[in-house]
Amino acid sequence: MGYKTKVKLVNALFSVILVFLSVIYMAPIFIVLMNSFKGKFFISEAPFRLPTKETFIGLENYVSGLQKTNFLNAAGWSLFITIGSVACIIIFTSMTAWYITRIKNKISSALYYLFTLSMIVPFQMVMYTMSKMANMLHLDNPAGIIVIYLGFGTGLSVFMFSGFVKSIPLELEEAAMIDGCSFIKTFFLVVMPVLKPIIVTVAILNTMWIWNDYLLPYLVIGMDYRTIPIAIQYLKGGYGSIDMGAMMAMLVLAIIPIVIFYITCQKYIIEGVIAGAVKG
Amino acid sequence: MVKRKARYFPVFVLPTLTAFMIAFLIPFIMGIFLSFTKFTTVLDAKWVGFQNYIDAFSNKEFLNALWFTVKFAIVSVITINVLSFILALILTRNIKGTNLFRTVFFMPNLIGGIVLGYIWQVIINGVLYKYGVSLTFKPEYGFWGLTILMNWQMIGYMMVIYIAGIQNVPRDLIEAARIDGAGSFKILTKIIIPLVMPAITICLFLTMSNSFKLFDQNLALTAGAPSKKTAMLALDIYNTFYGSVGSEGIGQAKAVVFFLIVGLVAIIQLKLTRKREVEN
Repeated sequence: MGYKTKVKLVNALFSVILVFLSVIYMAPIFIVLMNSFKGKFFISEAPFRLPTKETFIGLENYVSGLQKTNFLNAAGWSLFITIGSVACIIIFTSMTAWYITRIKNKISSALYYLFTLSMIVPFQMVMYTMSKMANMLHLDNPAGIIVIYLGFGTGLSVFMFSGFVKSIPLELEEAAMIDGCSFIKTFFLVVMPVLKPIIVTVAILNTMWIWNDYLLPYLVIGMDYRTIPIAIQYLKGGYGSIDMGAMMAMLVLAIIPIVIFYITCQKYIIEGVIAGAVKG
Repeated sequence: MVKRKARYFPVFVLPTLTAFMIAFLIPFIMGIFLSFTKFTTVLDAKWVGFQNYIDAFSNKEFLNALWFTVKFAIVSVITINVLSFILALILTRNIKGTNLFRTVFFMPNLIGGIVLGYIWQVIINGVLYKYGVSLTFKPEYGFWGLTILMNWQMIGYMMVIYIAGIQNVPRDLIEAARIDGAGSFKILTKIIIPLVMPAITICLFLTMSNSFKLFDQNLALTAGAPSKKTAMLALDIYNTFYGSVGSEGIGQAKAVVFFLIVGLVAIIQLKLTRKREVEN
């Protein structure tokens, strides 16, 4: 048997194993989906059984879950907070990164190190004092929390933008300024377009984090404007024992936007995650 | 030129810096100060020296959480990296459908910790139900439940980084070794592993710091049950702050210790990366 045929045979074997593994890997999501159509008393005991005539209850779990958690509102707040924060992070941290990279002085380099250092500090270190601070400054609402996210997103975002700015040739900006472009105009009309690939990466990394974040909005805003993770955790906290049916249905609804986001931007997500990991 | 541009500081840096100070820098400095005081509302802080640290380290729950976290981090780092490296090796063999498999394995990484926790709670409880017990019956169940969850979430992420690393290994190098009679195992240990060492360092560090900082998954899966035996560091700090009035100072001291541990891991990683860069 030649080397080539051997490779082909081994690869065929691996294909079979991979198909098997993929099915197992996706199984948890299908189990949740399947159980979201079963009566709540049939879930904990036999989550691996398909719905039968007796256990199938159609969309009842979805209806009760939507009511209990006010899920659609939560989805709206999640969307508002995520989009607002990511937009602010991109605009403000790219400006800051360009400024501190191009204007070399002591303040710039001090800021750069400070921002970078903040990346390694775990959230628990600042969570108590930060949420008190947010309360005092009246940032404990969906608009105010955007300021907090801008502050927490600064470390990684400035770091990534700075790395990219260093690779842009100075000539481009100098030519623009000699042609009479102001400093601000140069940034928005000349530099910003060049930053596009890194903007996508920074946007994806921050979106993934902010969309799924639980503790920060819970401590800062609390229960008044629930995001999706808070709404789901609330299903447990608010009602002693969990309504498993409603829980399954809400888990499905929480996963759907993520799957859509993943399918539409898969290439950028994987590239962005690799870039973020290598740099961070 | 530089001086003229420097006056744009308020436009380019001030918004980011203000948010950074509110969300991070001031809370961070206050946090260090408060860890040496007794307080309930930040403003009534009374200096107590190292008393909070002494209390933290004589607190059984904290020591248990510390030990649980260290054990969990070690087991997770090993399992996640071994499994994802094997998957990456298989997925770089030009097997048909590689992209689809990669998509499937990466998916769970996008789902938030709270949702992940409840997905696995149903599944693990479903399995344990057959034996008449549940996830919160013994701390060991929670430990392995968290390990499985963490593997499911992180394997795809690490695999993607390993794939990028393995694809950078020159094909001719492997072919040349094969012609010289090197077996697959020798090629793996003598060529592939040394050349993907940067990726290995990144992945070890990422899994390590993510395991240490785990919170959402822990809260949703077991919430520390039974009797706080499965609470990891982040959850224990949270419980100390918000579980009872009067122990905020101890909570803050625990948070500082937590920060020092995570920071130490980060510094070691940085040193390792720097050292290799010099060698290269």
